[in-house]
Amino acid sequence: MTTATGTPAVTGAVGTAHTRVEGLAKVTGAARYAGEIPFAEMAHGWLVLSTIARGRISAIEEDAVLAMPGVLKVLHHGNAPRVDTDYTGLLGRPDPTIAVFQNDRVPYLGWPVALVVAETSEQAREAAEALVVRYEEEPHDVVFAAGRPGTYTPDGSAAQKGDVEAELAASEFVVDAEYTTPEEHHTMLEPHAAMARWEDGRLEVVDSNQSTMWVAGELANLFSLDPSSVRVRSEHVGGGFGSKGVRVHQVCAVMATTAIHRPVRVVLTRRQMFSLTGYRSPTAQRVRLGADPDGRLRAFAHESQNLTSTVHEFVEPSATVGRVMYDADAHHTVNRVVRLDVPTPTFMRAPGEAPGSFAMECALDELAEQAGIDPIALRVRNEPDVGPLSGLPFSSRNVLSCFEEGARRFGWADRDPRPGVRRDGRWLLGTGMAAAAFPSNALPSTASVTAEADGTFTVRINAADIGTGARTAITQIAADALRVSPGRVRTRIADSDFGPAGIAGGSMGTRSWGWAVTVAADELRERLALGGTVPPEGITVRSDTTEAVGALAKKERHSFGAQFAEVAVDVATGEVRVRRMLGIFAAGRIINPLTARSQLVGGMIWGLSMALHEEAVRDAASGGHVSPDLAGYHFAANADVPVIEADWVDDEDPDDPVGIKGVGEIGIVGAAAAIANAVWHATGVRHRHLPIRPDRVIVAGTGTGSATDAVTSDVAG
Amino acid sequence: MKEFGYQRAFDVPGAVALLGADPDARYLGGGTNLVDLMKTGVERPAGLIDVRELPLNDIEVTESGGIRIGATVTNSDLAAHPEVRRRYPALAQAVLAGASGQLRNMATVGGNLLQRTRCGYFADVAKPCNKRSPGSGCPAIEGEHHNHAILGASAHCVATHPSDMGVALSAFDAVVSYETADGPGELPIADFYLPVGDTPHLETALPPGALITGVTLPPTPVAAVSRYRKVRERASYAFAIGSLAAALDVRNGLVHDVRLAFGAVASRPWRAREAEAALCGGPATAEAFAAAADAELAAAEPLPDNAYKVTLIRNLVVSVLTELTESTEPSASTDPTDPTDPSEGATR
Repeated sequence: MTTATGTPAVTGAVGTAHTRVEGLAKVTGAARYAGEIPFAEMAHGWLVLSTIARGRISAIEEDAVLAMPGVLKVLHHGNAPRVDTDYTGLLGRPDPTIAVFQNDRVPYLGWPVALVVAETSEQAREAAEALVVRYEEEPHDVVFAAGRPGTYTPDGSAAQKGDVEAELAASEFVVDAEYTTPEEHHTMLEPHAAMARWEDGRLEVVDSNQSTMWVAGELANLFSLDPSSVRVRSEHVGGGFGSKGVRVHQVCAVMATTAIHRPVRVVLTRRQMFSLTGYRSPTAQRVRLGADPDGRLRAFAHESQNLTSTVHEFVEPSATVGRVMYDADAHHTVNRVVRLDVPTPTFMRAPGEAPGSFAMECALDELAEQAGIDPIALRVRNEPDVGPLSGLPFSSRNVLSCFEEGARRFGWADRDPRPGVRRDGRWLLGTGMAAAAFPSNALPSTASVTAEADGTFTVRINAADIGTGARTAITQIAADALRVSPGRVRTRIADSDFGPAGIAGGSMGTRSWGWAVTVAADELRERLALGGTVPPEGITVRSDTTEAVGALAKKERHSFGAQFAEVAVDVATGEVRVRRMLGIFAAGRIINPLTARSQLVGGMIWGLSMALHEEAVRDAASGGHVSPDLAGYHFAANADVPVIEADWVDDEDPDDPVGIKGVGEIGIVGAAAAIANAVWHATGVRHRHLPIRPDRVIVAGTGTGSATDAVTSDVAG
Repeated sequence: MKEFGYQRAFDVPGAVALLGADPDARYLGGGTNLVDLMKTGVERPAGLIDVRELPLNDIEVTESGGIRIGATVTNSDLAAHPEVRRRYPALAQAVLAGASGQLRNMATVGGNLLQRTRCGYFADVAKPCNKRSPGSGCPAIEGEHHNHAILGASAHCVATHPSDMGVALSAFDAVVSYETADGPGELPIADFYLPVGDTPHLETALPPGALITGVTLPPTPVAAVSRYRKVRERASYAFAIGSLAAALDVRNGLVHDVRLAFGAVASRPWRAREAEAALCGGPATAEAFAAAADAELAAAEPLPDNAYKVTLIRNLVVSVLTELTESTEPSASTDPTDPTDPSEGATR
């Protein structure tokens, strides 16, 4: 037993590099993930997915499968428990496609039509693959294209001031360009997995998700349960990126355990993930910019279109990022949607900002070229004092510091603006840059901090560490608030019984949780400072930031950044190699430089992947994907990733008790644009369609002749 | 997953006998392709006969100065062998251009030759594919085919052969040895892979039940100055969209001998004999290289989304032959066994 008054003050954990507190457990395999935690009497469910893209199920021939070894149950629309989708959850109305086995309709290829439950995972899989399902197929439509029939403008998705057409007409320089980005997938390392069981009258789910509160709330609503009778835990998560909310694996596991009265686990395969766990919609974007001779923007227009499923609307708000970045006399941004026979897309790392910044920041580069202005100078010239559309002040906007520091470290001042004039052997060289912005928000959270009798402290908060290092950051924040070393703080997270807390999403996690933990830890420290002994049960202080978060003044709150890239392009073979990247960010106070840098670099690598590799291909004839696996869906391999530096400028958020803004998503924003702009600088050709594949580079050549001419003259020269 | 039997063979006759007793079984080498296909249901063998312990893991120089490679030699060992690197550098480079270190440690020479196409339709049992399910159709022709064949394909199948190693072996006239219950046999690699025609599911000329025992490369002096260049959609760990194995001997500005084989353009490694014939005895110039490539590619029948491959292969021929020409100059510093790609630096 320790006396609180004897505790020496220790501070400085925040801002100091700290390895993950659960790192040893993870690298030794002691940390268990949802798909590998053993449970007594557990059965295994295996999904059977539709092989048509639209129609209805006419028959499910379950008898033969029920006779197979180990098979316990075949769940389908004829026998599954009913669920309710008529509710409004944490993120609004649910996507009805999570309500599996409710009717005979098939809305897309890869939609669950049955779950086979068996004693072992292998038996369930073999039986699932043997299950014969018959369909009445209907014609499907999965082809996404700009302006295709059926495209509509959802309510509230447009913002406008001034007369764009008039300002364009009055402009000295005009850019009018169309950009596309393909369907992209999260493909986090750990597939979705959930075990569900009924225990003492409560539904218990052990899952891998970005918020146990979110998933518990959705399951309570779907199965019409009292929220207090649902407990969801998610101790370790191997990546989420927006994909790990409520998904069919949890719903199926709950249905199955309800049906067979045993614990049931459902694990998705990589291929199943491609149709069941969301994705980033392809986008078709048009950007029009009009500028005065000095580069000042008169007109800014960004229109974006994405697809969604026939049953649920998801808007990829690609045109929204410009509402923060650039002012113009006339400003028009709109996000449009078209419904197709495909799964519903979802949030994927920097939804909107990632594809939107590609189009917008490439268009700015095209304007800089036309106007003969340096790309950084053009952006500086159009730097707004207040929110371009809102008129609100910025909480802080340190993008100019990012440009300045980035330009200095990248060597931008020496850049020759002419395209296509640098060569290293068969490689043409170029550099490019882009700006980045991502919202910085906070969600109400509750936390508790306990002073234990042994002198340690226990933090309980329903946070999710989806690989970001959140558990470590929370430990550091609590340690500083308590003025003790991080080694004395134990952090418990990801249990819905801990009470409500923000989700690991929208780059809001650490800010939201850090706020609640700081409030509780501050109060505990003050209480302990009064002296006295800690009783055996400890002293616990709880916090709830709902009021404080709600009282935040209305401001434009965002992280900002500047991205730089150097590329080498061989136009004869179409190969593009990124030689170096530098990202400088103004993203609030950095809690853990080690993991924050990993997050930022990870985002930049993803931007590299987005620029050069990532693309899910949908087959018009079948309506499904071609090669939906990590052999067919390419992202950057180690050999594609050069030296990448990420760093930051001082940018503490004055309205946050810890000064945090969030680093989860800003790293990807602008990265693909910087690379595409560098490819132009190398070759003289604008690549407006991602990914910048070798075939596209070969066909485009250097813009001065065919690729074959280029190589011949190269050899001759 | 479908249950299957597993047996390990310890000598060649034993392996052949085991397969003879169970015609639905398959030989298992490194398993780097077969096991993946079993997971997706494309391959459903009743049993596996593991041949990795067979005494076929030697590489030896033949009396005539060629090289004989046992069927179970791993890709890693093949690429690292000093005589392979000295006599056939393009072969070592081709092997190292494929897969990853872990996969090359597992994959065998015999298995590499027999790996299946990576066409996405072939790999998906829910979709039609004439190669996997004869007569069901080829959706790639109307669908996703940007990495499919431009040479030697048919209306029944436009899949490509994925091997890098096989491209170099084709350039150097490899001979494949095999064993059957009736005794040994040999197939020149030019005859090893069957034309696509209307039977894309029949891929090799190996007799039923045959076990590949090795590959022999004849002495090929020109191969000492050779290079393999692979273009793919990322810097490593991807199959080629176009590749070239080339060997060149230039004397007094004239092409004395040349070998050219293309990868990722056909259902098999594509030996470019028309191009070789066009070059032999002529000047070693970029114009001649381009004309030779055009002679070979005149037979190309690209689909709408893979016509770029014609340009890519042409450019590769010009680029690599030009490099080889320069590397034979006394002043040239390039080491053909280790072509350093300046863009890839230390991460290569």
